[in-house]
Amino acid sequence: MTSQEITALLAEKFGDRILESNPDALNPWSVVEPADILEIGRFVRSDERLSLDHLELLGGVDYKDRIEVVYILYSMKHRHRHTLKCRLPREAPRIHSVESVWSVANWHEREAFDMFGIVFEGHSDLRRILCPDDWEGYPLRKDYQFPKIYRGMPV
Amino acid sequence: MQVEYSGEVMTLNMGPQHPSTHGVLRLELKTDGEIVADAIPHIGYLHRCFEKHVEHVEYNGVVPYTDRMDYCAAMNMELGYVLAVEKLMGIRVNNRVRCIRIIMAELDRIASHLIAAGTYGNDIGSVTPYLWCFRDRETILDLFEETCGARLLYNYIWIGGLMADVKPGFEKKVIEFLDYFEPQVGNLNTLLSDNYIFIKRTARVGILPPEVAVSYGITGPNLRGSGVKFDTRKDDPYLGYQDIDFEVAVGTGEHGPLGSCWDRYMVRIREVKESCRIIRQAIAQMTPGNVQESVPKRVKPPAGEVYMRTECPRGELGYYIVSDGSLKPYRLKVKSPCFTAMSAFREVSRGSMIADVIAILGSFDIVLGEIDR
Repeated sequence: MTSQEITALLAEKFGDRILESNPDALNPWSVVEPADILEIGRFVRSDERLSLDHLELLGGVDYKDRIEVVYILYSMKHRHRHTLKCRLPREAPRIHSVESVWSVANWHEREAFDMFGIVFEGHSDLRRILCPDDWEGYPLRKDYQFPKIYRGMPV
Repeated sequence: MQVEYSGEVMTLNMGPQHPSTHGVLRLELKTDGEIVADAIPHIGYLHRCFEKHVEHVEYNGVVPYTDRMDYCAAMNMELGYVLAVEKLMGIRVNNRVRCIRIIMAELDRIASHLIAAGTYGNDIGSVTPYLWCFRDRETILDLFEETCGARLLYNYIWIGGLMADVKPGFEKKVIEFLDYFEPQVGNLNTLLSDNYIFIKRTARVGILPPEVAVSYGITGPNLRGSGVKFDTRKDDPYLGYQDIDFEVAVGTGEHGPLGSCWDRYMVRIREVKESCRIIRQAIAQMTPGNVQESVPKRVKPPAGEVYMRTECPRGELGYYIVSDGSLKPYRLKVKSPCFTAMSAFREVSRGSMIADVIAILGSFDIVLGEIDR
């Protein structure tokens, strides 16, 4: 399916729960309501026409006024791609985990938690993955202050 | 495998300093006798926060950073990044640049797979193939050194072109190497791949079923080892790979269930042969030209975002770049193939023997520099 067809299908199925779409971008995307991500995720994975079974990338982006979670999805069967985005508030960003839909989300969500402080509800093992457990702050946020000292060692 | 646990669990730390973990990786093994009830990977020992660093560096300056992710296949790391930026800026390169990039990427793939195969044999207990592999890899590194002055971290592929053209006689040396190297693959098979002990150690171990592999987002040789015929070079071509004739190597499960360690290992050996074919064709397609013809004076992509993936030796390497129209990337996220492969490790190794954990880990062919970034 072309990205125009994918966005049309999503709009038909979910109506105004798809907040915004851009099928003509270099990397076509749709912004969805954060509360619906699990439902939409299950649909795009299991629907025969979409079959987006391969979660290529899950990551956060800090836009200073909001945090976006980006899901880049690919279909091994139909060889097409679509990106879903969720916009979260910078203060206490929370979204449901999609680990039950794509197993790989487990580690990706841990990384997004580690780097941006996004809390994934329903995640089986949400703890830091790249930074030490007692690390303070979320390094990839734009207002992150670099620590001078970590456990008595200059950083 | 069906296992019964006595219930007495001992925790055993494998790593961070362990020769078979291929870098600084710690595996927290919950063992019941010789059986591994659970294996929890702890990563991050090499974490340098690459993604934060590059937000403070101009687009050109990011290339050397990408080298340092997967230091065994640095050419492919820079290639993916450069293609992503070129896609964002709409730069088209001439045929000479395209062919040299293919040659370099495939030579690098051979070098990387030689490390994978050699160290894997070493992990299992066979030392000679390791030395053979490193001997042949040396020739490739010499070719790289002659071209760009560096043996491991090249900074050779630039946005819009290359750092320098290849030296006169480069093509001839590559052909000579291929003529010498192709029969060597057969020798390696005799010594290692078809070795009875090696097959016994790997062919019924670490089974990764195809649907689990897709769900865990596993790509590259690890995915193809499970029999899924998917290769980005073929199915989502870049750099004109569609004009090159090659086969996608997949696991066949000839010595045991499909998706075993042996299958994953064997895919790499088969891929090396295909890479040789690709290089010969790329050399034949080479035309004269200026390799810095389309190098932009200032790399300033328009605001927007791009996702570009390439087939690096360890799987699908993706770069997601968000640009705000300035000289530095606003956000750069790397989809690391080893990271996703490692996330499946816990599931694959559960219920195996301690000695098999080494075999499974080696068969995934991970590089910690890329997992931790």
